[in-house]
Amino acid sequence: MNDVVTTTTYDEDVLIQELGYDDHFHDHHHGDKYQSNFIMHYIFSMDHKIIARQFLITGMFWAVIGGLMSLVFRLQLGFPEESMAWLKPVLGKWIVLNDAGIGTLAPEFYYALVTMHGTIIVFFVLTAGLSGTFSNLLIPLQIGARDMASPFLNMLSYWFFFLAGVVMFASLFLSTGPFSGGWTAYPPLSALPQASTGSGAGMTLWVTSLVFFVVSVLLGGVNYITTVLNMRTKGMTMWRMPLTIWAFFITAIIGLLSFPVLVSGLLMVMMDRGLGTSFFLSEIFIGGQALEHVGGSPILYQHLFWFLGHPEVYIIILPAMGIVSEVLSVHARKPIFGYKAMVYSILAIAFLSFIVWAHHMFMSGVNPFISNFFVIFTLIIAVPSAVKVFNWITTLYGGNIRFNSANLFAIGFVSMFISGGLTGIFLGNSAIDIQLHDTYFVVAHFHIVMGIAAFFGMYAGVYHWFPKMFGRFMNETLGKIHFWVTMIGAYAIFWPMHYIGMAGVPRRYYSFDSFQAFSHFSELNQFITIAAIIVFAAQVLMVINFFYSIWRGKVVTEKNPWGASTLEWTTPINAGHGNWEGNIPAVQRWPYDYGKDGKEFIPQIVPLAEGEKDGGDH
Amino acid sequence: MNAGAVTEIRNSRSKIHPKQFALLIACASIMMMFAAWTSAYIVRQAAGNWLEFRMPDLFFVSTAVILLSSLSLHSSYISFKRGNEQMYKLLLVTTFILGIAFLVLQYMGWQAMIEIGVPLKTNPSGDFVYMISGAHALHILGGIAVLIVAMLHAFILKFNPTPARKLRFELTLTYWHFVDLLWVYLLLFLTLQG
Ligand code: HEM
Ligand SMILES: [Cu+2]
Repeated sequence: MNDVVTTTTYDEDVLIQELGYDDHFHDHHHGDKYQSNFIMHYIFSMDHKIIARQFLITGMFWAVIGGLMSLVFRLQLGFPEESMAWLKPVLGKWIVLNDAGIGTLAPEFYYALVTMHGTIIVFFVLTAGLSGTFSNLLIPLQIGARDMASPFLNMLSYWFFFLAGVVMFASLFLSTGPFSGGWTAYPPLSALPQASTGSGAGMTLWVTSLVFFVVSVLLGGVNYITTVLNMRTKGMTMWRMPLTIWAFFITAIIGLLSFPVLVSGLLMVMMDRGLGTSFFLSEIFIGGQALEHVGGSPILYQHLFWFLGHPEVYIIILPAMGIVSEVLSVHARKPIFGYKAMVYSILAIAFLSFIVWAHHMFMSGVNPFISNFFVIFTLIIAVPSAVKVFNWITTLYGGNIRFNSANLFAIGFVSMFISGGLTGIFLGNSAIDIQLHDTYFVVAHFHIVMGIAAFFGMYAGVYHWFPKMFGRFMNETLGKIHFWVTMIGAYAIFWPMHYIGMAGVPRRYYSFDSFQAFSHFSELNQFITIAAIIVFAAQVLMVINFFYSIWRGKVVTEKNPWGASTLEWTTPINAGHGNWEGNIPAVQRWPYDYGKDGKEFIPQIVPLAEGEKDGGDH
Repeated sequence: MNAGAVTEIRNSRSKIHPKQFALLIACASIMMMFAAWTSAYIVRQAAGNWLEFRMPDLFFVSTAVILLSSLSLHSSYISFKRGNEQMYKLLLVTTFILGIAFLVLQYMGWQAMIEIGVPLKTNPSGDFVYMISGAHALHILGGIAVLIVAMLHAFILKFNPTPARKLRFELTLTYWHFVDLLWVYLLLFLTLQG
């Protein structure tokens, strides 16, 4: 830990006492009421810091489940000939044994695994686990509030997420298996209970779970927005908010506008399933029998789904971007480059994310002239994305960079975002998409740009704010091993998929036996599977490090171990309910004064010197 | 009042109360759900095979009723602020009754649709009406639950317009106006577009 500089020369407590404002917090015997016993403190807590930890640990649980699922289907893809009999004790009837005792994975279950992997990682891990954790932790701490606008709704938000998880988890144990029609749940597989094994009870539970999940997102989002707009401390103007807060704030707005649309679509699916309407179903034969459904449009569902689906990918990535901006700046000991440009590009991305959804449908039979419109807007997204990338790199440039785990992951994020963003530009052209749609090229694209990048953002955040969350540090050596294995391993997994995809290998296929043309990829597929196993092992190492460090990590001895200027580091090391013991600190300057006027850093609570110009305004 | 609520009022320095603000955001979110349905309606309609029918008149009657209920709740709120206890209670109950009447009329509207030969599953044009008005009715039901709580407050607690109770009333009022206007939008949409 030799790279932790401590040149603190400010007496923060005095500054808070003298310049902060008194909200009579202590007159009300705060906290005791619902922190008095274990259950109220750790389970039904209304303290945003505890709720953040609940989101994080639940998210980690789901990450392990989702990750393990991917290993099972990767084994099928990499080693289709090998016996899976050894998995029988865990997967039971989904491993089918032949007379010779050779076990094969049931194809239905392969699809169920792919579906669950996608749903779990996208919604439970990278939405709830990422934005739920850090919005909760950082919004009140960084804007100078005692808690969220409504701590009660905040608690409900977590418990709806939990409930969504319970329902989804239960669906794994159905005798017909969980839903298996892909995380996008296109009809008819989702709209006809008899369409496939997972389409029956599995789909019903999937929808139920997602509706609970949306409720959780909405309750959280209402709170985040209200808190950011109404409860900032004195001096914390919008233009003095850290980029993390900007990102969480805009993310919440996107979520509130797009998730209800998903609910609309899902309700229509449920009506088609349960009441026999034909919103999405048309002229279908099952087992030689014509169904009664006529006149429905499956494409209509795709419009509704992707109106959420595309913004959703930004709901995932924006919080990661915010975290990365903050972590990079702190550990490069330099102000973030182009603060306002960063904010405007978040706004631009958020706006554009609502008018590009049909780029997921170029091959679904939408009018090619309408596609053109979506091509243009899709490609325009590259502009604000490039602005952000440029600014991250310039922030690093010439910095006094600390290569600790948090910052390594932040730098890794930038690398992943560039690699994955570039392939997006290929896919965004509807003509090229004719070849690439639904191939491994798409899988490579979104895993790198969203999956891995968002995970990196989350890891950067966890390593960086772990001291704030638990009063201890995570082990740096393990953190660095975790980083390097994941960084190299992730490229090893997904880079080859671009080639496989360009050759036309479709995604979501159980086996390529009957395709002569694809047989020469079998060794590459083995390589990918082995890389996936290694990367997963590194994540297990991270989980071990996490829990070990909660109880045994190096103890934090000073309030501001990274020398960061934002408000969360002015709270006591193990801050109780209400965050600050006395007054609430008042903010005097923007959040990125690093290396200014010969000072290592200047906390936000330090008044501007005579004639000093506030940062960010240029 | 719990500790969180104390903090929140102390810490907020803006004019509009955070809870009121949060409710408005939630309304925007609900609005998105209905906007999705009405957009889907337009897209589906453009694809052809679309049965045209006239919305039963009962839906216009119900609209008048729900508009009246908004009016009575607003008047009740004004009476509450002026300290006119009798009027406040009376109008609150009136609103509740009008709200129930609205739901009954919607139900009769669906019956009327069946009578003119558009039961569920006839054609997506009818199914959209059932779904949209049904989902709206659920939101009214939520509003009625809130009204019941408001009535319990009115008749059990001693009359006393404290800021906390005024706020609670304002929240109820905002939501009720919202679901009312939402229906007006939906009806206009379904009549003009259908
Ligand atoms: C320069 C920016 C980007 C462009 C132009 C772009 C373009 C595209 C296009 C056209 C597709 C559809 C490919 C197909 O199915 O044939 C796609 C898929 C996808 N993209 Fe991107 N993308 C960009 C950035 C991102 C980002 C930042 C994320 C997430 C953080 C993301 C996540 C996804 C996902 C999840 C899918 C696949 C969904 C599925 O079919 O399961 N993309 N992208
Ligand atoms: Cu997209």
